[in-house]
Amino acid sequence: MKSFTYERPSSPAEAAAAVARTPEAKFIAGGTNLLDLMKLQIETPRHLVDVNGLGLDTVEPTDEGGLRIGALVRNTDLAAHPRVRTDYGVLARALLAGASGQLRNKATTAGNLLQRTRCPYFYDTAQACNKRQPGSGCSALDGVSRQLAVIGGSEACIATHPGDMAVAMRVLDATVETIDAAGAARKIPIAEFHRLPGDEPSRDTNLEPGELITAVTLPKPVVGTHIYRKVRDRASYAYALVSVAAILGKDGSGHVAFGGVAHKPWRVEAAEADLPKGAKAVTSRVFADAKPTHENAYKLTLAERTLSAALNQARA
Amino acid sequence: MVGATATAAATRTDEPVLATVTFTVNGQRRELELDTRTSLLDAAREHLHLTGSKKGCDHGQCGACTMIVDGRRINACLTLAIMHQGAEITTIEGLGQPDHLHPMQAAFVKHDGYQCGYCTPGQICSGVAVLEEIKAGIPSHVTADLEATPQVTEAEIRERMSGNICRCGAYSNIVEAMTEVAGARA
Repeated sequence: MKSFTYERPSSPAEAAAAVARTPEAKFIAGGTNLLDLMKLQIETPRHLVDVNGLGLDTVEPTDEGGLRIGALVRNTDLAAHPRVRTDYGVLARALLAGASGQLRNKATTAGNLLQRTRCPYFYDTAQACNKRQPGSGCSALDGVSRQLAVIGGSEACIATHPGDMAVAMRVLDATVETIDAAGAARKIPIAEFHRLPGDEPSRDTNLEPGELITAVTLPKPVVGTHIYRKVRDRASYAYALVSVAAILGKDGSGHVAFGGVAHKPWRVEAAEADLPKGAKAVTSRVFADAKPTHENAYKLTLAERTLSAALNQARA
Repeated sequence: MVGATATAAATRTDEPVLATVTFTVNGQRRELELDTRTSLLDAAREHLHLTGSKKGCDHGQCGACTMIVDGRRINACLTLAIMHQGAEITTIEGLGQPDHLHPMQAAFVKHDGYQCGYCTPGQICSGVAVLEEIKAGIPSHVTADLEATPQVTEAEIRERMSGNICRCGAYSNIVEAMTEVAGARA
């Protein structure tokens, strides 16, 4: 790990200003992804701004009947929150499907959104990776790509967003609230928060340097069966090969987002009208532009079958 | 604030940056001056000579380093020691000692919940915290009804312990040990 200086600011604005003014500075919250990457010198910040002391750790009802989740609410606490369990089951289920108990105790709501979109070649510093080292090439394109993106990728990168929580946030139409170094707040719809790789895969999100997430807000609950179905290589503590976050009525109508298939949670709202017609009608539209590799084309079949299982669960 | 703050504006060298941190480990107040890079695990093992917590993968995948910090189990390898100013930290040494075993330690001995023993301190710290998590009503991936109180079942234990790897494969005996402790307490 490269050496770094460290500070604990006392307000969100001060934290944002500290990262903005210090070259190669980063926020640290739970640290479970950042420190992992720092040990491999994939991330080499020269200054860490510890945001753990900033408060931002409460879950409050909003005037609109929704929920405002502080950036530092731990994954364990969010999944266990009574309102989340009752009204946003898809979110509780997604959180509980992710990582391990130890990691969920540390990982935060904002940090979960900011975990790096990544692939095994991003982790292997002996390999070319445009995300880790812009311009170096992509070893994954002709490499082992079984776990990687089937849609939304580019010639530069086919990494997948590894998160579960973000897929639920996408189907719930969450909004990310931030503050910048000048103290200005903005709200980013979750659909516009994560980026596709394009020719700049080193950027996972549309946050500006020094912009700090303060909260994630959820609109009022959507009625229906809340489902998070995750298919993986082992029963626990593994990334999704494909996941489905859905809120469905008995007739199959509702909303659905997919995880494990793209550089960001994947949702095509226009296809949701076809949900009552069955899974194939939806996935044929959601994945119409898919460009799978020879190793991961199975994900298209798996996505259809996982959605089919979710629809059966909702109808039961 | 910590000592490192003053040097925040310094230009980059690969020189170590030192900072001080004070926390309570197994009931004892400890003050350390550490390289900012020092993980909580390395602080315990290399600086406090509490070598019960083990370094397996050093990347949060194996759970051998699990400690209980402010009542929650965490991977001590994936957190910086200096981020724990004022924290209450319990390692395997603080749970029990050979002449005064924690009930979970005794149950692991009784049920052969280990073979080589390397993952065991992490398994035991995790196991103790898992039972507290169930008692606190925190749901898991296998909890059928999110609005019901989770119960101590084999499926719950196995799911909740998935962040602790045992390459000797003592899992079924670990489940038995935890089940016995949960039952004895109920």
